[in-house]
Amino acid sequence: MREFTYQRALDVSGAVALLDADPDARFLGGGTNLVDLMKTGVERPAQLVDVRELPLDHIEVTGDGGLRIGATVTNSDLAAHPEVRGRYPALAQAVLAGASGQLRNMATIGGNLLQRTRCGYFADVTKPCNKRVPGSGCPAATGEHHNHAILGASEHCVATHPSDMGVALAAFDAVITYETIDGPGELPLAEFYLPVGDTPHLETALPPGALITGVTLPPAPVAAHSRYRKVRERASYAFAIGSIAAALDARDGVVRDVRLAFGAVASHPWRARTAERALVGAPADAAAFAAAADAELAAAKPLPHNGYKVTLMRNLVVAVLTELAEEAAR
Amino acid sequence: MAPAPSSTNSAVTLNINGEKHTLTVDHRTTLLDALRERLDLTGTKKGCDQGQCGACTVLLDGRRAVSCLQLAVAAEGREITTIEGVAQGEKLHPVQQAFLDLDGYQCGYCTPGQICSAIAVIEEHAAGWPSAATDDVRPAAAPPPLTPEEIRERMSGNLCRCGAYVSIVQAVARAAGIETEAAQTEGVETEGAAA
Repeated sequence: MREFTYQRALDVSGAVALLDADPDARFLGGGTNLVDLMKTGVERPAQLVDVRELPLDHIEVTGDGGLRIGATVTNSDLAAHPEVRGRYPALAQAVLAGASGQLRNMATIGGNLLQRTRCGYFADVTKPCNKRVPGSGCPAATGEHHNHAILGASEHCVATHPSDMGVALAAFDAVITYETIDGPGELPLAEFYLPVGDTPHLETALPPGALITGVTLPPAPVAAHSRYRKVRERASYAFAIGSIAAALDARDGVVRDVRLAFGAVASHPWRARTAERALVGAPADAAAFAAAADAELAAAKPLPHNGYKVTLMRNLVVAVLTELAEEAAR
Repeated sequence: MAPAPSSTNSAVTLNINGEKHTLTVDHRTTLLDALRERLDLTGTKKGCDQGQCGACTVLLDGRRAVSCLQLAVAAEGREITTIEGVAQGEKLHPVQQAFLDLDGYQCGYCTPGQICSAIAVIEEHAAGWPSAATDDVRPAAAPPPLTPEEIRERMSGNLCRCGAYVSIVQAVARAAGIETEAAQTEGVETEGAAA
């Protein structure tokens, strides 16, 4: 591991100033991803600016009935919070579906959004990887890719984003707030992650040196009727091979409002807007759910070894929306 | 005390099991390595060193964490509890006693991490935290009972390569004051053998 200096930030402006002065510096939150990547040499910062103790660890109900979640709130505290569990249950479920109890206690919301892909080629510095070393190539395209992307990828990178939390945030129109040396800014989650294209090393639209300060969830009554389901290769403590955050408002057998986002299928949490558009006003039944899933997945470009994900995601859409519709009908 | 910005090591004071230890650490040192290699607290074990096995689990400010991904320099100011600090003098922690009584281990390497994790699991459950095994996470739903399924999910960050999981689940349940049917049977046999 490269040697590094360490500073504990006392306030947001101080943290931002430290990072602005050193392009080789990184913010340290829980460290569950960054420290791991530093051990393997994927990340080689010369300075760590520890932001874990910044006063950004609050969850508040906003005046309009949404939620504001501070960037240093841990995964555990987010998932345990009564307002999260009551207003956005799929968000609590998504966070609980990720990692282990130990890691959820350490990991922060800001870091969760910025965690790196678990693609094995990205993690192995002896292998080419366009995300880690631009232009070096992508062995995953012809190699081990059974858990890689089926949507929105490019020939340059087929890695997926590993966050469960992000999938629920995508479904609920989260807005990311940040601070830079020039002042505060915000990005809707839909614009936060950049398309892969030929620049897979550029992952977010955050300005250089920006510190994520929080996540705002707008009010969404439909979110109270939501669910997160994750499919993985063992029963617990594994990354998804496919996941879904879904919310449904159905009355008299007709879809009034619906939210759908997919995980483990793209370089970022995938908001399924095509499926949502197909569903509003449609019958709340399995045939309509399947048709909507097919409409969304028509854009899928599976690789030789991950075609199963198309079927998996279709089945997840039908299963989870059917459950939510049955609950609404009770 | 803020370290000098040009320095790649710092003097830190770590509060471990109620005692303060002052040492100079290279910033790259994990809490796990500081405990084992610098402070002779070798109860905390190194398994994968990647945050995946849970053998290095300790309590930070009362919450379980993997010490292999925790930088020692960043642990200054926090209350660190290791397996050496969970008993009260000669009296074992109820989780330690339950692991002994119900054979919640085979080789024992993962056991310190299992026990630290289980102590926190019982507290998290008592605080009403749901888990991925909880059917309804909404606060209006009753808190989930600590069923074997809930224990398995909540303990999934601690691997046991001997596969002592069956008795680990029983030990956690007993320490939480819940008797599983299997543990009751096991307990009778244990007591019978001792008598």
